[in-house]
Amino acid sequence: MGNVQNTPHRADVGVVDSSVQHAAHAHAAPTGFIRKYIFSLDHKVIGLQYYFLALASVFTGLILSVLMRIHLVWPEWAIPGIGIIKDEQYLGLLTLHGTFMVFFVLTTAPQSGFGNYFLPIQIGAADMAFPVLNMLSFWTTFAAFIVMLGAFFTVMPIAGWTSYPTLSALPNAGSLPWGQDLWLLSIALFCAASLMGALNFITTTLDLRCKGMSLWRMPLTCWTWFVTAILGLLAFGVLLSGGLLLLLDRNAGTSFFVPGGLVVNGVQQRHEGGSPLLWQHLFWFFGHPEVYIAILPGMGVASQLLSTFSRKPIFGYRAMVFAVMAIGLLGFMVWGHHMFMSGMSPYTAFAFSLMTMAIGVPSAIKTFNWLGTMWRGKIRFYTPMLFAIGFVSLFVSGGLSGPFLAQPTLDIPLHDTFFVVAHFHLIMGVAAIFGIFAATYYWFPKMFGRMMSESLGRLHFWFTFVGTYAIFMPMHYEGMAGRPRRYGSMVVAGGLFNRLAALMPLEKFISIAAFVTAAAQLIFVINLFWSMKKGEKAPVNPWEATTLEWTIPSPPPHDNFAGNTPVVNHGPYEYSVPGVERDYVMQTDPASVHAH
Amino acid sequence: MGLALLLVVWLITFVSTYFFIAHPSWMWLPPVATTYGPQIDSQFTYTYIAMGIVFVAAQVALGLFAWKYRDRGHAAAYYSHGNIRLEAVWTILTAILFVGLNLMGQHIWAQARFQGPSPGSEQVEITGMQFQWYFRYPGSDGKYGRTLAKLEDPSTGNALGIDPDDPAAKDDIVSSTLVLPVNRELDVTLKALDVIHDFFVPEFRFKQDAVPGLLIHMHFTPNRIGDYEIDCAELCGSGHYKMRAGVKVVSEADYQAFLKAPQQWLTEHPWNGPMSRGLMQESEAKPPAPALQLAMRHHQSQAENH
Repeated sequence: MGNVQNTPHRADVGVVDSSVQHAAHAHAAPTGFIRKYIFSLDHKVIGLQYYFLALASVFTGLILSVLMRIHLVWPEWAIPGIGIIKDEQYLGLLTLHGTFMVFFVLTTAPQSGFGNYFLPIQIGAADMAFPVLNMLSFWTTFAAFIVMLGAFFTVMPIAGWTSYPTLSALPNAGSLPWGQDLWLLSIALFCAASLMGALNFITTTLDLRCKGMSLWRMPLTCWTWFVTAILGLLAFGVLLSGGLLLLLDRNAGTSFFVPGGLVVNGVQQRHEGGSPLLWQHLFWFFGHPEVYIAILPGMGVASQLLSTFSRKPIFGYRAMVFAVMAIGLLGFMVWGHHMFMSGMSPYTAFAFSLMTMAIGVPSAIKTFNWLGTMWRGKIRFYTPMLFAIGFVSLFVSGGLSGPFLAQPTLDIPLHDTFFVVAHFHLIMGVAAIFGIFAATYYWFPKMFGRMMSESLGRLHFWFTFVGTYAIFMPMHYEGMAGRPRRYGSMVVAGGLFNRLAALMPLEKFISIAAFVTAAAQLIFVINLFWSMKKGEKAPVNPWEATTLEWTIPSPPPHDNFAGNTPVVNHGPYEYSVPGVERDYVMQTDPASVHAH
Repeated sequence: MGLALLLVVWLITFVSTYFFIAHPSWMWLPPVATTYGPQIDSQFTYTYIAMGIVFVAAQVALGLFAWKYRDRGHAAAYYSHGNIRLEAVWTILTAILFVGLNLMGQHIWAQARFQGPSPGSEQVEITGMQFQWYFRYPGSDGKYGRTLAKLEDPSTGNALGIDPDDPAAKDDIVSSTLVLPVNRELDVTLKALDVIHDFFVPEFRFKQDAVPGLLIHMHFTPNRIGDYEIDCAELCGSGHYKMRAGVKVVSEADYQAFLKAPQQWLTEHPWNGPMSRGLMQESEAKPPAPALQLAMRHHQSQAENH
């Protein structure tokens, strides 16, 4: 973490009010390796631990998706060490791909990773409110990861990341022991860890803001981490209970999700009285807010970066905050749109559909404001900005297929087809990943004290941006043609899935695009690790940005502000202020620099 | 870099849009074969025109702004915190667009799912089990025979567990190919015996989960004679990928002939849909489950068993 750690280093800009020095770090800098890097209480170390956990997971998920793409078009290929992938194994691949990506990447990196690292710094705090709880939440997440690997190496669960009962509840229906049980246990642990994290984020945001950092002066990243934490607090508890109930159904003879009178593989089941739809309600009550848990921090990052690199204040700051809140609130009222075809009362569809369409409004406000921020700007195209622009493009493309799926009428042909796969990959998958990439390139200098390579960064951007569209755009057409999702190969027992045989060239195109895009991620990995060692030394504020993390050394000292709690005098996005010499006003600049 | 972004974003936009507009038939909704299908398709078309316009406008603006407002060493960027009036106009416009689309489509949904089938509709029961569909017709008495879980046993030809002691069961017909009369409204009952399945026929614009423990009533009217494919659209276990079956929409005369002698009629008129070759090869590969690959009269199979 660098040798500046023990050097008290005053911020080179900003006014420090000595009266608030009591807010110094709650715990002294550790010296031993284990307390410093393993069981650390420092939010920055914990943030990096989450980040590298997500990095390990994203490459696991990526390799699984490459195997899936191979199986879909070249099912006869024997993979070294694995052999020929069978259709049943394909279900295991998609289950674990979805699980690793949704939980251990999209939930972990943007919120727990970057949020942990930068929320305290951006609000001028020395650490999170509960450092021990913070450590505990990371190590619980890590335990969840290990248990999930256990599911991977015992019997792969095949019920999908949604794990609908009764398939997931009845072992002899295909959800064999160990795999499915470990999956549920891992998810339960993950939920518990996320609850701890959510409490910590909320308390930190409310209680630890430095003097002058009113809520309306918080960077939009902090707003999104804050709202995401509230969503997490309300959503993960529900999945936790659902997961435990399903474990009981599987192992303790209860029947929460299994009705009576079922015969599986010729064996009468002993359950009675449960409802498979109950699980879907519990799961999606979590599952839909989860989509926003994944994407909201990305929106915050995109806002921060578009403003910084366009050298313009964010367009409609308050509208952005209200939009985030509206998305968070509406996000809890729409879970039924995943269940239009489930056998749920058709009368509820109207309400769920209306609420879902309504989410389009705050989403459109955000897009409008991002474009408004770039409008008449002075745009600097550093790699983080490229990914922020990519985020906006993907958010638009993925978002606009939402209003199709939000209508129950159109869900009839489109539900559970590749149209849905295209939709959620573009928006909650790749757009959120672009948010993670943007954040990585943007904050890397702060986290590691060195700059990442711009040329490798650009190369990585172009391959990923074009590759993403090449993979996911054609899937819309496949879905419209009626290609169902979660079907292994399109080749069955020597006979083609003839109705869709014409799609085969497109499938091959998608697979090749996926291989190229996956390989291009090596550019990122090389850049990441090479720059940590060999990158150019980063100055305090390489992007000429305004928020508090850019007032302290790179990397920051143990307690962030070395006991000198900052005082904030300005909003977060004061760029190109007329009459001010520099084209940016730091949040800590004296109030006299720019009167409001 | 601004110019490169403009070119790439525009290229992606126009190529995607081109395929949406040109759409060769193999990458579009397949031709409709039910009476309410065209309404779904037109709702789809309205939505895609509206979303397409927003898509092109937003992406074109993004590319344009990236290029036009790049740092050219020009004077400072325009200092502005936004524009409440523009924001309000935009919000209201999108609210009207999204809520309007939602309201436009509601009547189609209501017609399909709120209203029950008309009296006298033809009844069919569709049952999913790992990994096979069964279709049951109530016969001339118009009543399905009782089913009992303890009797469910595909190896005896009674996968649905029909109770032979129930008089209503005597004339029930069970088939593994779905045969439907053209231009007759169907009263469909969906069931699942083990896990959740989903009955999906793209040409019918019909999809519905079959859920263990629920009896789900649906109705629709096929209006085009032809052979189509049924996919299970809900992940149902290791054999999900092969849970497909054929559906034949036939003339009224053919339908009556099928009801009279289902097995014989299906032998003479095999399902010849888009995946028949695949099914044939699979049935050659392993011996078919007794009495299941084709239709039978239930009481006939009972007689054989006794």
